[in-house]
Amino acid sequence: MSTKLYLYPGWLRIWHFINAILCLALIITGLNMQYSDPNTAFISFATAVKVHNISGTIFVFNYVLFFIGNIVTVNGKFYWREWKGFFQQMMAQAKYYLFGTFKGEHTPFPVNENRKFNPLQKIAYVAIMYFFLPLVLLSGVAMMYPEIIIPELSGMSGMWLTNLAHIISGFIISIFLLVHLYFCTFGTTATSNFKSMVTGYHE
Amino acid sequence: MKENRRFKIFEIFKITKKDAFSFKHEKKKIMSKKNSKSKFHIVFYAIVITLVLLIPFSMSHSTESSENKKKKEEKEEVVHHGENSNCFKCHGKHKYTMLSSDSSQSITRLMPSEYFIDTVAYYKGTHKSFKCSDCHSEEYATTPHNGDLRFEPIPSCIDCHGGDPEYEKYRFEQIEEQVQKSVHIKGCSDQFSCWRCHDAHSYKSTARENLNIKELIAYDNGMCLKCHASSVDYMLFSENETPNLIKKHDWLPNQANHFKNVRCIECHTPIVDSMLVGHNIMPKEKAVKGCVECHSSDSRLMHTLYKFQAKERRNEQGFFNGAILSGDSYVIGANRNYFLNVASIAIFALVVIGILIHGILRIILKKKNNVN
Repeated sequence: MSTKLYLYPGWLRIWHFINAILCLALIITGLNMQYSDPNTAFISFATAVKVHNISGTIFVFNYVLFFIGNIVTVNGKFYWREWKGFFQQMMAQAKYYLFGTFKGEHTPFPVNENRKFNPLQKIAYVAIMYFFLPLVLLSGVAMMYPEIIIPELSGMSGMWLTNLAHIISGFIISIFLLVHLYFCTFGTTATSNFKSMVTGYHE
Repeated sequence: MKENRRFKIFEIFKITKKDAFSFKHEKKKIMSKKNSKSKFHIVFYAIVITLVLLIPFSMSHSTESSENKKKKEEKEEVVHHGENSNCFKCHGKHKYTMLSSDSSQSITRLMPSEYFIDTVAYYKGTHKSFKCSDCHSEEYATTPHNGDLRFEPIPSCIDCHGGDPEYEKYRFEQIEEQVQKSVHIKGCSDQFSCWRCHDAHSYKSTARENLNIKELIAYDNGMCLKCHASSVDYMLFSENETPNLIKKHDWLPNQANHFKNVRCIECHTPIVDSMLVGHNIMPKEKAVKGCVECHSSDSRLMHTLYKFQAKERRNEQGFFNGAILSGDSYVIGANRNYFLNVASIAIFALVVIGILIHGILRIILKKKNNVN
């Protein structure tokens, strides 16, 4: 398996690197705000707000970069999937993760120049990149400019709903980050995928 | 014959005379039960009918009493209106007319806002049953008023309410004590009194009566802004220019939102547990200038702005500081949901445990596979 495939172009690696750092900063400061405590503050609330706001703003621009990049370059096509038989493909991938990997089997959907993601990755990445990230970003921008939030939606405070959407989507993204990091160890070797994200070549 | 026939019947049903007696007895019992049941029904219906008949009567009685009350209130208002109307003829309007001593000339001037009384608000306020002369000198009855009357001391809250067990829950003594400590008394000394913030003519116990937080905030902040947002009123107490509140508070993120959703006193007075509203306004150096004081699970707002609501309903399972949510506000760090907290920790823990088990199994089985 020494064939090398150039799968992660420069712009994508830069975007991913910025994304990773901002994600960590946003999760840490976000948690710090949500569970703020005057006695055991990890970062002061004011600093957390500042860092969260600045990181969030850069995050929005970074997301726009990703969005445009996926339209302009071929990277976007990796997210497309055929619905026909997709469920079976997902099950096959899940079976591999639950049983096959322990028996030393090979992944049913190996990476090639036409397929960067396996079916489970596809569904997870689409959900995160095209639903939860926009949701967290939009609700975040709304919270930075609270005057644009609708005051009431079917009897509930618009502010409260926006915050709830922000916190829940933020939490789901944090969980995704954990799982994402773990599944990155499923390369040729445990560290090869991490190296790929630096060099751009998939081993 | 009759006896025989009866006997026959007994025979047919295979019952003896004794049984027949007990049968009769049972029948009586059942009958008496039936009677008592029907008696019960009669009593029940009687009660229902009397109630039905009584309702309109009682209603008419209650409407009568409420009408009486209304009339009484109207009467009260009318009485005082009559006594006060002389004063309100000038002080209830934004302009007044004075006649020369021989009544040949008249002059119309604007009533200074300080001396204008909103009569509608007056008769809705706590002190609506008061005559003007209850607090002001009766000498004011003569016009033009004697200028020296201005120097007559006007009673403050404590003068009427102090030491009165009826007003104990309002803690007037403590209020007085705190006001004496406050920056207003220290900075403005004699010029300052209760009436600089609270207008006795329209005063209402807003914090206790009004459950609408937004209205309470606007009302309470209005008191501060009367002087602190007006260069004219501020001048009465200070030689300095009115500080620009927006600039002074520019450190506050989402300033407009904060100003709309909290009161000045949230940060500018220390919390006193036994009081609903703290009255010790501190110098600006001592004001709260942090975030976590409010943005935390033990939010300061629950002890200040939402104190009344918080006492009314406490819920620990559901939203932490739930009362804050009732005002359509959301305070980051203060509004936490118990179930979402538990659920998020559980999901996080499960994911971590899942990853650990999967990872460890992979490492162990990989070694085994390699050995094989």
